[in-house]
Amino acid sequence: MKVALLVNGAVREVDVEPRKTLLDTLREDLSLTGAHAGCEHGVCGACTVLVDGAPVRSCLMFAVQADGLDITTIEGLASAPGELSVLQDSFCETHGLQCGFCTPGMILASHALLEANPAPTRADIAEAISGNICRCTGYGQIVEAVELAAERLRLANAPRAAAGGRP
Amino acid sequence: MKPAEFAYVRPASVAEACAVLASNPDARVVAGGQTLVPMLAMRLARPSILVDILRLPELAGIAEEPGTLVIGATTRQVEAERSSLVASRLPLLAAALPWVGHPPTRNRGTVGGSLANADPSAEIPLVAVALEAEIVTEDEGGRFAMPADDFFIGPMLTAAPEAGLLTQVRFPVWSEPCVGVGFHEVSARRSDFAFVSAAAQVALDPDGRCTRIALGIGGVGDRPVRLDVAGLVGTRVEGDRVAQAVEAAAAVLEPTSDLHASAAYRRRVAILLGARAIGDAVADAQEKGAGR
Repeated sequence: MKVALLVNGAVREVDVEPRKTLLDTLREDLSLTGAHAGCEHGVCGACTVLVDGAPVRSCLMFAVQADGLDITTIEGLASAPGELSVLQDSFCETHGLQCGFCTPGMILASHALLEANPAPTRADIAEAISGNICRCTGYGQIVEAVELAAERLRLANAPRAAAGGRP
Repeated sequence: MKPAEFAYVRPASVAEACAVLASNPDARVVAGGQTLVPMLAMRLARPSILVDILRLPELAGIAEEPGTLVIGATTRQVEAERSSLVASRLPLLAAALPWVGHPPTRNRGTVGGSLANADPSAEIPLVAVALEAEIVTEDEGGRFAMPADDFFIGPMLTAAPEAGLLTQVRFPVWSEPCVGVGFHEVSARRSDFAFVSAAAQVALDPDGRCTRIALGIGGVGDRPVRLDVAGLVGTRVEGDRVAQAVEAAAAVLEPTSDLHASAAYRRRVAILLGARAIGDAVADAQEKGAGR
């Protein structure tokens, strides 16, 4: 079946079997291998992508079901090739990754959280990444990374000091 | 972990979906896919054709009718979780929804899908049975409504018509001024399948006496069960009386044993969580009464 996907801002047309998951379509047809194939039955969260801005498991969705939808993968987060988003940089800063297999999913789940909630609590962060399994870091540094990114984004967006500030 | 071949159709109406289902005996309905797609991946399900109803506008949305909150089958769990109508009219469902899977599965998963798949440990079917919701299905023969208690037959087994689909669930709204809810669950890890879950809703009169009570237990047997604790109506619902009433009512439970929990454990925890959920519901109702 012919399907048109809006992937990271660009329309991509693919011709896929109905049984092909969005995950396999992204990886095999569009060479976007940042979404990882872990358990392939909805448990691990390594395949997380954003569909219309919300994190979902791309292994639990067929590409034909995503026809016309807006998909963001980890490749779509940075502002330019070679750059990192504030959140991605925070993961490096706090050592929020080791092997990196879960990292794209962790970052996309956290990215969606920060879009909706600029000042999440640790409980909010834990809930947002509760569907993503990490077997290396034990989650502590991942939560720290999201806290750090939230703080950096808040500071970047804070209004300049009113007294003596530029108009 | 790759599904077997199937054909895919996205019908434009419920009537068209029913026609496809009627002419393909081994077709399956798919909406959010959070239960069905893992089964396809493990080839526990091998339908010849998938009928995708997720984009049918007539099946989505939450609407209020007198005394009833109607939730369309393809309403995403996340929409119900964030709905102010659900929070105010159906606080028990609002309390249960954060326990359903994880945020990413609630973004895709639907209210109707959770009901239609009838997992014995699922939270939405438990709330439907506890509150005596009505489940509406449709096939080429027309619409049919039945009590949730009749809809759930066994694990992943419902009374839905073979060539039909679930279109909506109708929850009765309690109109009493002081209604409180409680929800508890025990699982191996947060948001995993429940070994035992308990959902309670209580209405109190201005003197603090119970005027209506509902209690449901999930995860214990092959389907969610409503326990009869009507003996607590007219009382203050406090002290040992609560645990005694739940224990007596729990005689109807038929707990199952598996690797994770024995039948005896499930029964013991069901009584404990049932009493705890009622206690929370009473405290919640008192708090709402005090705020009036």
